[in-house]
Amino acid sequence: MVDATKFKPKTVYVTYIAAPAEKVWQALTEPAFSEQYFFGFAVDVEPKQGGRFRLLWPDGRLHVSGEVVDWSPPRHFSCSWLVEGMKDFGELPECLVTYDLEQSGQAVKLTMTESHSWDVPRDILKGGEQGWPKILSGLKSLLETGKPLTLNTKEGPPPEFMAAVKKAVAEKPWLNR
Amino acid sequence: MSKPKFVYVTYIRTTPEKVWAALTDPQTIRKYWFGITAECDWKPGSPWCLKFEDGRTADTGEILEAVPPKRLVLRWRNEFKPELKAEGYSRCTMEIEMADYYPDSGGKAVKLTITHELEGEGTKFIEAVSGGWPKVLSNLKSLLETGDVAFQR
Repeated sequence: MVDATKFKPKTVYVTYIAAPAEKVWQALTEPAFSEQYFFGFAVDVEPKQGGRFRLLWPDGRLHVSGEVVDWSPPRHFSCSWLVEGMKDFGELPECLVTYDLEQSGQAVKLTMTESHSWDVPRDILKGGEQGWPKILSGLKSLLETGKPLTLNTKEGPPPEFMAAVKKAVAEKPWLNR
Repeated sequence: MSKPKFVYVTYIRTTPEKVWAALTDPQTIRKYWFGITAECDWKPGSPWCLKFEDGRTADTGEILEAVPPKRLVLRWRNEFKPELKAEGYSRCTMEIEMADYYPDSGGKAVKLTITHELEGEGTKFIEAVSGGWPKVLSNLKSLLETGDVAFQR
């Protein structure tokens, strides 16, 4: 079982969505939604604490694997997150991704928090900083208009990001406590 | 140590011209900014202010750069909360770009980036705008995509 207390918040993204909390929850946890806004990935989650969490490419290959740390519909969903489908990336320590949903007037306040258990270099955090606004802007559009955004998601992460991942995997700074 | 700073990015299915208009038209601002609106002629060097519905001044400053429909830079100070006003001026940069999209998908999107930095030291002002911008920009996105805001305060 993942110990969530070891992870510190590093990246937070907040968006307010005009939809019921149950609908936002569905969009976060069901593949028919995630395929439309999450770079084409199908979310595959076992709906219970300790259950399996995965993101799959359209052809079924594994991209992210993890474990459900908190399953409290429709308010809190948290899972560990290891990007196995990218070179080097699978050797980094897993991170923790948490979604919190709160009612705010007629809207739902969705807070995404990416937390890490080690002193992650800034250049590695840039991956999430670039990705989350695209993903969550697309989720909001999908729920409010019925249509996702058509962003080009093939550009990939910036070169300094890949270099920082390579360096971290070689040096393994998380082992030095 | 770097200066306190808040960055927020949102992608909106619209055009840069419509985002520019939404950022500078007082009637539109009022719709997504919970009744607050701006008074300004949006020319470099001009004074700028935000006013509450009841006419009280919320924030003041000046236009540092205005390049429609791409870039707007404001000097900005809070006027209604003494502890925020005490931290002095900040700089707010709003950048509008076409986002990458699939040309054959028929859809386009705009990337709007807000960067808000304090000129001096302090944490309260940036903390306050970190809570405010996601509300304001979520409403702005909804207004441009659906014709209605996501929520009222």
